[in-house]
Amino acid sequence: MNGGTHVAKRKSDVGTLYKGSPGQWSWIAHRITGVAVVLFLFVHIVDTAIIGWGPEAYDRVASVYQNWFVRLLELGLVAAVLYHALNGLKIMLFDFWPKTTRYMKQLSLLSTGIFLAAMIPITWIIGKATLELVGWL
Amino acid sequence: MAARTEERVESQAPPSRGLLGTRGSRERPAGGFEMWAWLFMRISGIVLLFLAVGHVLIMHVVDEGIDRVDFGFVAVRWSDPLWLTWDWAMLTLALVHGINGLRVVVQDYVRPAGARFAVNMFFYTLGFILFVLGTVVVFTFDPSRWPGAA
Repeated sequence: MNGGTHVAKRKSDVGTLYKGSPGQWSWIAHRITGVAVVLFLFVHIVDTAIIGWGPEAYDRVASVYQNWFVRLLELGLVAAVLYHALNGLKIMLFDFWPKTTRYMKQLSLLSTGIFLAAMIPITWIIGKATLELVGWL
Repeated sequence: MAARTEERVESQAPPSRGLLGTRGSRERPAGGFEMWAWLFMRISGIVLLFLAVGHVLIMHVVDEGIDRVDFGFVAVRWSDPLWLTWDWAMLTLALVHGINGLRVVVQDYVRPAGARFAVNMFFYTLGFILFVLGTVVVFTFDPSRWPGAA
């Protein structure tokens, strides 16, 4: 039985890698941002393909962005791509250098920190363009 | 004896179900298709880190962002083999990366085998059609068909 306990401890060490906070939350965020980006990608390939029908058709598609709500979606898209990329980098770090999982909490805080720091100027830029669009700036 | 103990320990472990129905961590695949899929996600992920993040920042953030993107902008861009290669590589890698990601998500939420097969086939077919569409557009686009527009 002692042997069993020992094995169980070892197994649970492996099992907790993506289980519980903060790994659990980043796992959920990774999944949501991934699905959101791939759904956008499906639409985006079609809207880009419209360029084959000439300038009138394509510029009509591009003018979809002249709408404040679409601008918010645009900000969300940039955030989703950036989060997914940074968190993916963190996952690879843990996968290829398992010793770094000892600093999982710190590295999670670091990657989230980089993401949030990058989102400050990005939100400023897209936010400013959005406010100009609706005439508040 | 050790193996049997391990087996029993494993079956005793209660299946954890967190948010979004997570069932704990996946074992890292040790071989076969799943291992190559696992490796592909990481390699394409590194490449997409540059291609997709770069694309999003160039098109949506820097230098007036999306406001400057129109037919003329794309026409100038796609006259450069660098951007053609960039965009086609991104199209291909993002589609395979995204659809394999969907396959993993479907594995978690679509349990009946028939429905899972149907959903996966839908995404594979959609992905293939979009790959062909994107490839044709990237490599056949000729702005000189609309003189004066670019």
